[in-house]
Amino acid sequence: MTALPIRAGSRPGQLRTLSGRVGWGIVAWVVAIGFFLPVLWMVITAFKPESAAETWPPKFVFTPTLAEFRLVFSGMGPFLTHSVIATVGSTILVLVLGIPAAYALSVHPIKRWRDGLFFFISTKMLPIVAAIGPLYVIALHAHLLDSIWLLIILYTAMNLPLAIWMIRSFMLEVPSELLEAARLDGAGRIREIASVILPIVTPGLVSTALICVIFAWNELFLAINLTVTNAATMPMFLISSVPQEGLYIAHLSAAATVASVPVILVGWIAQRSLVRGLAMGAIK
Amino acid sequence: MAQVKYVSASRVFAKDAPPAVDALDLDIDDGEFMVLVGPSGSGKTTALRMLAGLEPLDGGRVEIGERDVTFAPPKDRDIAMVFQNYALYPQKTVAENMGFALKMQGVPKDDRARRVREAARLLDLDDNLLGRKPKQLSGGQRQRVAMGRAIVREPKVFLMDEPLSNLDAKLRVQTRAQIAELQRRLGVTTVYVTHDQVEAMTMGHRVAVLNGGKLQQCATPRELYDDPVNQFVAGFIGSPAMNLQTVPLVEGGVHIAGTTLPLPLLVRTAALESGLRELVLGIRPEHLHLADGAGELPGEVLLVEELGADALLHVRLAGGGQAMVARTEGRRPPARGQHVTFHVQPDDVFAFHPSTGDRLAA
Repeated sequence: MTALPIRAGSRPGQLRTLSGRVGWGIVAWVVAIGFFLPVLWMVITAFKPESAAETWPPKFVFTPTLAEFRLVFSGMGPFLTHSVIATVGSTILVLVLGIPAAYALSVHPIKRWRDGLFFFISTKMLPIVAAIGPLYVIALHAHLLDSIWLLIILYTAMNLPLAIWMIRSFMLEVPSELLEAARLDGAGRIREIASVILPIVTPGLVSTALICVIFAWNELFLAINLTVTNAATMPMFLISSVPQEGLYIAHLSAAATVASVPVILVGWIAQRSLVRGLAMGAIK
Repeated sequence: MAQVKYVSASRVFAKDAPPAVDALDLDIDDGEFMVLVGPSGSGKTTALRMLAGLEPLDGGRVEIGERDVTFAPPKDRDIAMVFQNYALYPQKTVAENMGFALKMQGVPKDDRARRVREAARLLDLDDNLLGRKPKQLSGGQRQRVAMGRAIVREPKVFLMDEPLSNLDAKLRVQTRAQIAELQRRLGVTTVYVTHDQVEAMTMGHRVAVLNGGKLQQCATPRELYDDPVNQFVAGFIGSPAMNLQTVPLVEGGVHIAGTTLPLPLLVRTAALESGLRELVLGIRPEHLHLADGAGELPGEVLLVEELGADALLHVRLAGGGQAMVARTEGRRPPARGQHVTFHVQPDDVFAFHPSTGDRLAA
C-alpha cells in the first residue's frame, strides 16, 4: 500500500527522462545520418556505371559494376606509393622529433618553456598560402621540387606543432610520483622516457599519430603546388580523375572511396587506443 | 645500515612565505624507526623528500651514514622510498616493478629474479602474483608490492610517505603491525611520514612532531605522551585529544568550574615569573576521574560515546568554557543530561603559556 503512491509519483519523472532520452537519440541519429549520407552516396555511386551516376531523379536500382574501380586501380599505383611514403615518413619523423620536444616542455621543462610552446603553435598562424611563394623558391634552389623528400619535410613541419602540444598534454598526465620513483630507482633520462613515460602515453601517441596520418594523407595544397609527377599524392590523383569533358561522377566516386579507405582503416584499428588516449586521466 | 642526520636543513618554496622546513636538526640512529608526524603543511613530507633527493635544500645539509648527500642525486643515496599512492609502473609486471632498480644497477637477471622472489616471500606475496600487472592487484597487494620494491634494493634507509593512507581501516591496522615487525627483522633505518598520530605512536621507536616547518619535539612515544614540551605536541599526541582550556590564575592554583584547582608549586612559580594572569590548562581524558562522591569539578554530561571497553563523556563543566572529554569505564556510564563530578590529581595536570604555548615548568 505504501509503495503504490511513491511509484505513481515517480512515473511522470521516469516518462520525462525516457522521452528526453528518445529525443536526444533521434537528434543524434539525424546528425549522424546527415554526416554519413554523402559518404554513403559516394560509395553507392562508385558502384554505378557512369551512365547511371548522373541521372535525375537518382536511380536506386542498378546493376553494380566494378568497372570504375578497375579503372581507378589501374592508374593509382604511383600516387598511392607517394602518399604512403609521405604520410608514414612524416608521421614517424613527427613522433621522433615530437616526443623529446614534448618531454622538454612538460616533464622536465626547459627555461622559458612557455615561449617554446607558443613558438610551435605560432608557426600555424600564418596561412600556408602566404608561405607558398618562398617555399617554392627554397624548394627550387634546394633541388627538391617534385621530390617526395620535400613532402616528408613539409608534412612533418605541418604536423609537428600540433603533435608536440598533444604529446605534451599526455605526458603531463603521467603521475609525478612515477617519475620520482624512476629517479630513485636509478633511471636516467633515456630510461625514464623509454621505460616509464612511453608505455603510459602510448594510447596518446597512437591518437597523435592518427591525426598526423589523416592530415598528411589528405593534404592537397602543398602537393599540388610543389609536385608534378615524381611525388604526386592521392588527393592529386582525385583531381586528375576529373576529365576536361564527359561524364566522371562514378569514376571520381570510386577514386574518392579508394582514397578514403586507408584512413578509415587506420582509424578503425586505432579506435581502442584513441578512446583510451582521449581519456588518459583514467589511468592511475 | 646507516644513521641519518639533518643539520639545520631548510626548504623555502616561495620567497615571501615561511619556509616549508625551517632549520631542521634531527639525528636518526642506525636501525631506528623514526616517524615524522604533523598536520598537513607541517613540512614532514618535504623533510622526507629532502632526504630522498627529490627536493633540493635551501640551507643546511643532510647526511646518510656520515656521508654528506645534500647534493647527491637520489639514485646515489642508497635509499628506497614507498610512495603514498605506491607509484607502481602500470605497464610492468609485479616482478618487473620490484626488479627495476636492480636492473638499473646492472644486477644479472638470475640474481634479480632470486632477490625479487625472496622479497615477495618476505611479504607473503604469492609467486603467481609476480606476473600480474598492478591494475590486477588489490589495494593491499599493491601496497606490499610497493614495499617489496623498496626491500629488494637492500638500501641503507627506507623512506615511507604515508604508505598506509590508501588502505581501509582494518587493513591499515594489520599492515601497520606487519611493517613495524618487518623493520625490526631487517633492522634497516627507516624514516616514516604520517599525519596519523596513532600510527606514529604504535610504529616509531622515536617520533618527531613537526608543525609549521619546525621540529616541536623528538622523543619516544611514551615521552611525547607523558612529557610534551608544548601545547601543540600535547594536543596533537593522544586520542581523544588532551582537553585544553584557558583559565585564570588565582591564589594557589587556577579557577575552573567554580572552584580552585590546585597546581604544583613549580608551575605556579613559573607562571608568576612570566607575569601571567591566566594559562592554558591541559588534562588528558583519562585523568578526569568520575568521582563516586563529591569530586572537585562539577559538570553536566552533553554526550556519551560508548566504545565498548570504555566510554567517552563530553562534559560541560560548571561555569562554562569548552566541552571537555573524559574517558570512563564502559560499564554503566552516566546518561546524557546527568550532573556528575570529576576528580583530578594535581600531578596529572599540564600547564602551558597562553601565548607561546610552551609548557610551564615541565
